[in-house]
Amino acid sequence: MNKLNFLQPNKNNFYTYLYTGVILVALSIFIVFLNSFFNKDIVSFLPGPISFFLPLILGFTGLHLIRIDYSGLRFLDSINKNINTNNFNAFLSLLIVFVVIKSLPPLLSWFIIDANIAGDSKDVCTGSGACWTYIKIWFNRFMYGMYPNPEQWRINLSFIALAFLGCVGFFATEKFKKYLTLYYVVVYPIIAFFFIFFFISGGPIFFDFSYGIIAAVISIILGFFIPSKFKMYYFIIVPITLYILLKYVFFYEELIELGKLEALEWVETGAWGGLSLTFIVSFFCLIFCFPIGLFLSLGRRSDFPIIKYISIGMIEFWRGVPLITVLFMSSVMFPMFLPEDMFIDKLVRVIIAISLFEAAYVAEVIRGGLQALPRGQYDAAKSLGMGYWKMHILVILPQALKLVIPGIANTFLALVKDTPLIFVVGLLEIVGMLNLAKTNPEWLGFAMEGYVFASVLFFIICYAMSKYSYNLEQKYKTER
Amino acid sequence: MSDKIIQITEMNKWFGDFQVLKNINLEVEKNKKIVVCGPSGSGKSTLIRCINRLEEHQKGSIIVDGNELTEDTKDIEKIRAEVGMVFQQFNLFPHLSILDNCTLAPIWVKKMPKKEAEDLALQHLEKVQIADQANKYPGQLSGGQQQRCAIARALCMEPKIMLFDEPTSALDPEMIKEVLDAMVNLAKAGMTMIVVTHEMGFAKEVADEVIFMDEGMIVERAETKEFFANPKSDRTKLFLSQIL
Repeated sequence: MNKLNFLQPNKNNFYTYLYTGVILVALSIFIVFLNSFFNKDIVSFLPGPISFFLPLILGFTGLHLIRIDYSGLRFLDSINKNINTNNFNAFLSLLIVFVVIKSLPPLLSWFIIDANIAGDSKDVCTGSGACWTYIKIWFNRFMYGMYPNPEQWRINLSFIALAFLGCVGFFATEKFKKYLTLYYVVVYPIIAFFFIFFFISGGPIFFDFSYGIIAAVISIILGFFIPSKFKMYYFIIVPITLYILLKYVFFYEELIELGKLEALEWVETGAWGGLSLTFIVSFFCLIFCFPIGLFLSLGRRSDFPIIKYISIGMIEFWRGVPLITVLFMSSVMFPMFLPEDMFIDKLVRVIIAISLFEAAYVAEVIRGGLQALPRGQYDAAKSLGMGYWKMHILVILPQALKLVIPGIANTFLALVKDTPLIFVVGLLEIVGMLNLAKTNPEWLGFAMEGYVFASVLFFIICYAMSKYSYNLEQKYKTER
Repeated sequence: MSDKIIQITEMNKWFGDFQVLKNINLEVEKNKKIVVCGPSGSGKSTLIRCINRLEEHQKGSIIVDGNELTEDTKDIEKIRAEVGMVFQQFNLFPHLSILDNCTLAPIWVKKMPKKEAEDLALQHLEKVQIADQANKYPGQLSGGQQQRCAIARALCMEPKIMLFDEPTSALDPEMIKEVLDAMVNLAKAGMTMIVVTHEMGFAKEVADEVIFMDEGMIVERAETKEFFANPKSDRTKLFLSQIL
């Protein structure tokens, strides 16, 4: 039997050290656990400071005893390697465990145990915990803002339709694969925009939208019979003509007035709100700011002085002003510059403003990627006879964009979290709705629940985006 | 006249105040193989980069296959498509597989159907003996394999002239041979080649003429045998004594 040396545990008497150590650590955690969950201090017979530090001392000694290298027990080895490498790490690990145990009971009680969700008025919220009833009652408003309840199916339907159209890429056959980029970059945003804007707005404008669709469908069907030589002109002229004919000649207001066709109820954009507005604003700003930013970044590196300085001017201007003033300008100043009878919807103005603002950031991020590419890539592409656009689309941008995925994801996340600022122009997305709801006289004093709710939603959205960007990174990794 | 595929007359180039090329006169006939050698900084690379206008010259004229290279050459891309170039640092496109590297330009620049381009690419990859690596990415290949792929990529455009800018300088000694072999085969197939290299063995084997450059000037131009047997200028003698 070897002598026990508690200062230097070793493999002799291994189990003595192990059991003593484990008991000590378990005891320390047990003391903290009892103290925090049941408010019982079983070591209170000791003098104050000692009883306060006792768990720490016990746990520390225990961790010291089980710190035996190459013990042969895999679990013990992994603990020693990861959280118990030396005295300092053992101390930090213990502290973290204690803090977690200490903070669980109040959190649990606030979130679940003392919280209320039943009932439908403020009166049921008697406990000291959260009042989820508030969220439950206001849930509809938080999702759809002031949008009239019977019409909310339109929002749902358009989101489902957009999600479906967005998934087209997964079902595309080999033949159509090469058009997918074009579809996602040009066609999809346009469809999405019209869908969201006209369908959710409704009213007579919805008819314009349906005329547009009818004109497009007819012209595409006819397009199959047109020789490809004229297709270019055909697709510019015919849809527009059809649209105008439909709108002004065949049936416009007469039909609506006759009651033969009932338009969707008109809902002005000021009434949109809640989470759906967050989605709409972030989605459109994302898909608009990216191409603008791309062109700005290319423009900034252009050889033509006019393009170059315009791009620099744009980027520096938008980067130099705060978003809140940009939004304010878009709602107050911008209409002054427009002719009297011209009107651009508030929401559209806001989307344009945020897109331009974020485009400047995206541009600089992409420029970073462009500069990271070696000059040889440009030389190689040029020597193969590629012009500016071919070189950039086929060789430079795929590599540069791959490099800047983390940076772009960063910008996009910031954009999503900037959307609450649109409250300055009177558009209330989810945080705006929360602020409105918390000032409702019947529901005073529940700001906390609201903000927690919003944080959770924002976290889910942002975490999903960040995961997605990480997946993209992995997908396009072609290095060894 | 018609068989002079490159004509450079009185060409001068400056980088800022520094004159890199001074009064270059050079004529290259079709199917000739020319090796350019000289110490570093003598303007060899700049000279061949000027031939497909990766660098612009300021004075004099360069005529490639009947087209003069000037600032307002609209179809510079067309000329470049007929002049293949291989770089010291390979410059393969790392985001594309070896096969895609080779088919990219034929498909998008020459509008070749995809199937045809792939057949052509495989044919050229076979010639440089890396057809079995066609689906790997450049990052997974050795330097020698990458350089051979770069040669195949340039050949896929079916160029009339091939320019080599120190193709073996970034390679291990062991890999130099495989790249040089590929180049020798290419030379034997009758390609017009201008090669900037320090591989004098290669020069002796395939070159019709050797050009020696120093300080931006062509110091000596001679038939290969003549060049190595009795160089005329002292500078060339010094260079050869150090390199051989």
